This record gives sequence, structure tokens and C-alpha cells, in this order.
Amino acid sequence: MDLTYTDEERDFRARLREWLGKTLPELPARPSPDDWPGRRAYDAGWQRRLYDAGYAGLHWPVDAGGRGATPTQHLIFLEESERAGAPYVGANFVGLLHAGPTIAAEGTAEQRARWLPPVLRGDEVWCQGFSEPGAGSDLAALRTRAVRDGDDYVITGSKIWTSHAEVADWCELLVRTRPVSEAFPKHRGISWLAMPMDAPGVTVRPLRTLAGSTEFAEVFLDEVRVPVANRVGAEDDGWRVTMVTLSFERGTAFVGEVVACRRTLGELAAAARANGRWDDPVLRRRLGRLYGEFGALWRLTQWNVSESEASGGVPGVGGSVFKLAYSHARQELYDAAAEVLGAQSLALEGEWTLDRLSSLSYTIAAGTSQIQRNIVAERILGLPKGR
Amino acid sequence: MDFRLTDEQRDLRAGVRELLAGRYGREALRASVDAGGALDRGLWRELGEAGFFSLRLPQERGGVGVGLPEAALVFEEAGRALLPGPLVATHLAAGSVPGAAEGTAVVTAFDLGGSLVTHLGEADAVLGAPSLPAGEPVPSADPLTPLHRVARPPAGAGARAYRDEGALLTAALQAGSALRTVELAVRYAGEREQFGQPIGAFQAVKHLCAQMLVRAEVARTAVYAAAVTADPAEVAGAKLLADEAAVRNARDCLQVHGGMGFTWEADVHLHLKRAWVRAEQWRTAGEAEEALAAELAAGLAAGPAVGPAAASG
Ligand SMILES: Cc1cc2nc3c(=O)[nH]c(=O)nc-3n(C[C@H](O)[C@H](O)[C@H](O)COP(=O)(O)OP(=O)(O)OC[C@H]3O[C@@H](n4cnc5c(N)ncnc54)[C@H](O)[C@@H]3O)c2cc1C
Repeated sequence: MDLTYTDEERDFRARLREWLGKTLPELPARPSPDDWPGRRAYDAGWQRRLYDAGYAGLHWPVDAGGRGATPTQHLIFLEESERAGAPYVGANFVGLLHAGPTIAAEGTAEQRARWLPPVLRGDEVWCQGFSEPGAGSDLAALRTRAVRDGDDYVITGSKIWTSHAEVADWCELLVRTRPVSEAFPKHRGISWLAMPMDAPGVTVRPLRTLAGSTEFAEVFLDEVRVPVANRVGAEDDGWRVTMVTLSFERGTAFVGEVVACRRTLGELAAAARANGRWDDPVLRRRLGRLYGEFGALWRLTQWNVSESEASGGVPGVGGSVFKLAYSHARQELYDAAAEVLGAQSLALEGEWTLDRLSSLSYTIAAGTSQIQRNIVAERILGLPKGR
Repeated sequence: MDFRLTDEQRDLRAGVRELLAGRYGREALRASVDAGGALDRGLWRELGEAGFFSLRLPQERGGVGVGLPEAALVFEEAGRALLPGPLVATHLAAGSVPGAAEGTAVVTAFDLGGSLVTHLGEADAVLGAPSLPAGEPVPSADPLTPLHRVARPPAGAGARAYRDEGALLTAALQAGSALRTVELAVRYAGEREQFGQPIGAFQAVKHLCAQMLVRAEVARTAVYAAAVTADPAEVAGAKLLADEAAVRNARDCLQVHGGMGFTWEADVHLHLKRAWVRAEQWRTAGEAEEALAAELAAGLAAGPAVGPAAASG
């Protein structure tokens, strides 16, 4: 149990802090949430700055275009970025946090060379085409079909809730390459493909979220041709690759946000002191408790990172434990914010209310809390599968 | 930074678990219940000989010379085994009260905030107090934690100086209990059948168990981190989360056991009652929340709040 940093890590932190301090004031103003092209440009621009400064793909393997830094350095990077209020990954979320790592772990040398550098430079944005209207929690029930025709797959079907689809260049797409049969039950016969979003036959129809924005979309696929060479992993073995993607998504993709939550909590405490609500002991204690919870979640992150560092880098099912605790704590945070703000929280000014609305997705996206509890119970605790 | 346990820490934990399984297994636990919570002085001495109380004394003073993280691991195991007695107070007294380090003295503390004191009837000393006060025995909710009421709790009694370490080690006991009740619930859920299948196959039961693990793991990590940093706010957070994990896990474990859970026979109630006692010791939830709120407010003056992580950076 060691939470101290080496001289090298301290040095890394100091240089990063200095760079952030210098770079953040130069950033252009953040575009409005509805301006998708603007948001993409903003997020990509930030990624480009990181790339030029040597901070992109920090903990990715060197042969995947990364810097081969230790997971601890990556944590320091997340911590300092969030502390300084640097832009969030935004449109780069899928590429940087789970499609990229999946390709780095499962792709061929050619695939790594083709797809990873543009993700790191911010040149290409990815989205995730996993969910379908009839396959959400029961992801393996997906029906989008890919039929082989020469060197291509011809794909027909539809995806839903695809975040960033409007501005993405690539989609990590799950397709059925075998009809379900005795020999190929639903978990077999799935393949993981990289699909260009500008391929003929791809139609994106934005969906409006409860926050009023168009954060995600429906994606219709009508005889879309994707080269067989774009398949990551073996044909029909995509479910295994998907598990790698999901373990990155649940295990590491949210960790930086814990620091952001602590910062947000600080802002909330400041707001409560300014409007007198801090004098209410019930509310004050509630904020104190959240401060303790997010502190513990950051420690849990450090624990998980230490464990995965020792076991080769792919985070384990422990990510589900983290996601369960984090997603609920985050919703608590915004409920507490509404209590601090009172009726003021009904006016859609400022970020508190929009963030509160967004936080409602945390217990649904990337696998609902119920599904995470199934995973924890069956795969960690070893309880029997059943109804 | 490598937060994982070192090999030595793993060995220590395994060794203590083995020692307690041999010396304080289920039969011994039930025997102490039958004895009305009377302390087994022989066991106390054996714990002393094993270094339980002298863990953190330097070697030249007869101790083991390890730190708070190791003590937290040892206390986690004690919590798991439901080991009774004023373990924390006696551990804190090692080096100042004669016999505490060796386990020949039993030392309690004014750690309950009010006029109740645990194990006073058998205590040789009270931590930080000049003498043993007189007290009236009162029936206790926890059959393994006898209580006395003292006439006048001594003003500013010395326990306060030990509050953070006391809270941390108590939190470690709570985390151990919380982890143990997950195991008990999972085992029962795998064995007990209803409707033609193990109850653990029912999602309602599964989800109770999963949530228990989440609480226990978050609490355990918080305790380990607080043991490493010894930061008072982090200790407060660890105590808060560990109290909650121990109490709520014991309740959920009881629920998973159904009617069996409501019996004297099942050990679940012993975990729950002890968790209630510990939740009142050294730092209550309200006190911990106030301490954390104060820390949060103090951070506002110092810049963006990232908490103790910054101190070690
Ligand atoms: C903001 C947001 C962004 C998203 N982005 C993407 C994206 O980019 N790409 C993508 O592929 N998907 C994305 N999703 C989809 C997300 O992964 C799914 O919404 C999620 O997996 C749940 O599936 P569902 O919506 O079909 O709900 P359902 O599966 O229909 O679930 C409905 C309810 O039933 C419960 N339930 C279902 N099955 C079980 C069970 N076995 N046991 C207990 N309860 C059960 C669920 O917990 C839930 O409460 C996003 C979702 C949101 C909200």
C-alpha cells in the first residue's frame, strides 16, 4: 500500500500542471451544447493540443502510437486535467477510451497503424454502434446482419442511442455474422467491425434527449459495404472482443470524472456558503458525506489501476463495482445541488440543471445498474445464473 | 504509486486470518455469547503474544514496528472474525498502560461520547484516564459488548487524543465485518433452495448481494487509503463509509437469511449489533460528516478541491 509518487511522477505532474496553466487560457470559447460541428471542432482541437504536447495516448502502448506511460501517470494526467478544468474528452470519448484501447489490445498491426494515430491526433472521431432497438441490456440479441460478399460485409439493420453519431467518422459496430442456431447461440456469431460513417447506406437520425439536446442518434444501415479487413478479432468471435470494449468502458472510461465531481462539489459548497444554505446542518452534512464518497471513489480508482497494472492492463469486472458506486453518487451530487439552489434549479440557466439532467443517464448508459449488479453477483460473487 | 498490498502485507493478513480461524472460530464465538460476553483472558494474552496490541510499537520497545496500514489489515481480520473486547483501546494503550502491549491488561476507553463505557467491568484501565471509574452495569444490545454507565463521564478525558487512530482502526473492524457478511450472504444464497432453485439465482437476492460487495469494497479501499495517509478528513470518510457498510451489509445479510436471519442461532445479528456499537465509537456519522464538510469548506480557500490526493502529490 503505497500512495506516494516517485520523483519522476512528481516531475511529470509539475510539467503537466505548468503546461495546463499556460495552455488553458489560450483556448477558444466553448461552443453551445447544440452546436455539434462546433463541439467536435473544439474537442478535436483540444486533442490536437494534447497530441502536440506529447500527452495524447499517454498510457497506450508505444506500438499503438501511445507514450507507454504507466497507468499511474495516466491517473496523474486525469487528476491534473480535471483539477485545472481542462476540456473533457467529449466527442473523442469512444475513440480514446474504448474503441482505441480495444483495437490496441485486439487489432492487427495494420489496424493499429490505420486507426489509432488519427484518434490520438483528434483527426478522427468514433462512435459506438452496439445497442439496437431490440437489444439493449440483452446486447447479444442484436439483429443487424452482415452477409459476406467477396471482400466485403453487406450490412443491414439499425442501431440506437449512438452517441456522437452525427459527427463521427468511424463506428465500432457489432453485427451478426451468423444467424442464431443450435450451433451458434446468440453470443456466438457476432463480429466487431470498424465502419466508416460516410459509407453509402448509413443514415443518421438525431434523437432528442430529456435534456433537450441531440446527444445521440438512431443509425440506419441499408446494405452498407464494409471491408472484411475492418473486422477486429476473428469472425463470429466478436462477443469476446466486445467484453474487452465494455471492460474498458466501465473500468477506466469514467475515472477522470471522479475528480471533476470533487471539483464540482467544491463549487457547490461555495454556492451554498454564498446563499446561506451552508448553515443548514442537514444539507451541510450531506455535502460532507458526498465529499467523503468521492474521495473514496478516487481511492478505489487508484486501487483498480494498481491492480490492473499488475495484470496486464485490461481492467477486470471490478469496473462494475466502480460504475455502480460512481453513477449513483453522481446523481446524488446533482440532487444535492438542486437542494442548494432551491427553485433556482428549475431555470435552465447555467450548467447545474443541465448537468443534473445529464446525470440521469449514468445508471443506464454503458450497462444499467441492474445489469452491473447481475455481473457483480454472477462473475465476482459466483452466484448462480437464473431468472 | 502502487496501492496494492505488498507481499508482506498479504502474508500478515493471511497469518492473522489463520490464527483467528484456529483460536477464535465459530465454536469459540458461540461460547463467548453463552458466557455473556465475558472476555477470555487467555485469548487476550495470546493476542498480545502474537503482537496484536504491540504491532505499532518500535522493535526496541518490544513491538513489531509496523505502521497503521498493517494495523488496519490486522483489525480488518478481527472484524471479520467478530473478535470481542476493547481491541482498539488496548492497542492504542500499548506503550502507555503497563501490560496492554502484552495482552495482560485489558484497556477500555471513553469512546462512546456519553456516559456508557464498554467492557468496564473487566478493564484494568481506561485509555488516557488516571483511574478506573465506578460504573453500573446496564444490559447491552450486543451480547458480546457488555456496557456500564458511569456517574459522570470525565471532562475532556484523554480519549480525544486518540480519536483519529481509534476511528481508523474501528473503521477497519467495520470493513472486515462488512466483507464477512457478504460472504455469509453469498454462501447462504447458494445453499438455500426455494421454488426449486438456490435463492441466489433470484435477481432480487443477487442484487442485494452485489450491492453489499460494492459497499464493502468502497469502504475497504477508503480504510486502506486513510491508513496510508493518516489524513484526519480521510479517516473521517473511511469511518463514515465503513460504519455504513457494516450496518447495512449486516441488515441485508439478515434479509437474505430470511426467518433464519432473525434467530439467535445465525451469527448475522452478532455482526449487526457489533456494527451498531462501533458506529457510535470514536466518531459518529454526524461528526464525520461535519468534519468532511469543514474540510470541503477549507478547500475553498485553498483552491479547487481535490482533497488529500494533492497532499501526497
Ligand atoms: C446517454 C446515453 C448514451 C448512450 N450511448 C450509447 C452509444 O453510444 N452506443 C450504444 O451502443 N449504446 C448507447 N447507449 C445505450 C445503452 O447502452 C442502453 O440504453 C443500455 O444498455 C440499456 O439498454 P436499453 O436502453 O435497451 O434498456 P432495456 O434493456 O430495455 O432496459 C430497461 C429496464 O429494464 C431493466 N432490465 C433489462 N434487462 C434486465 C435484466 N436482465 N435484469 C434486470 N433488469 C433488467 C434495465 O435495467 C432497465 O431498467 C446509451 C444510452 C444512454 C442513456
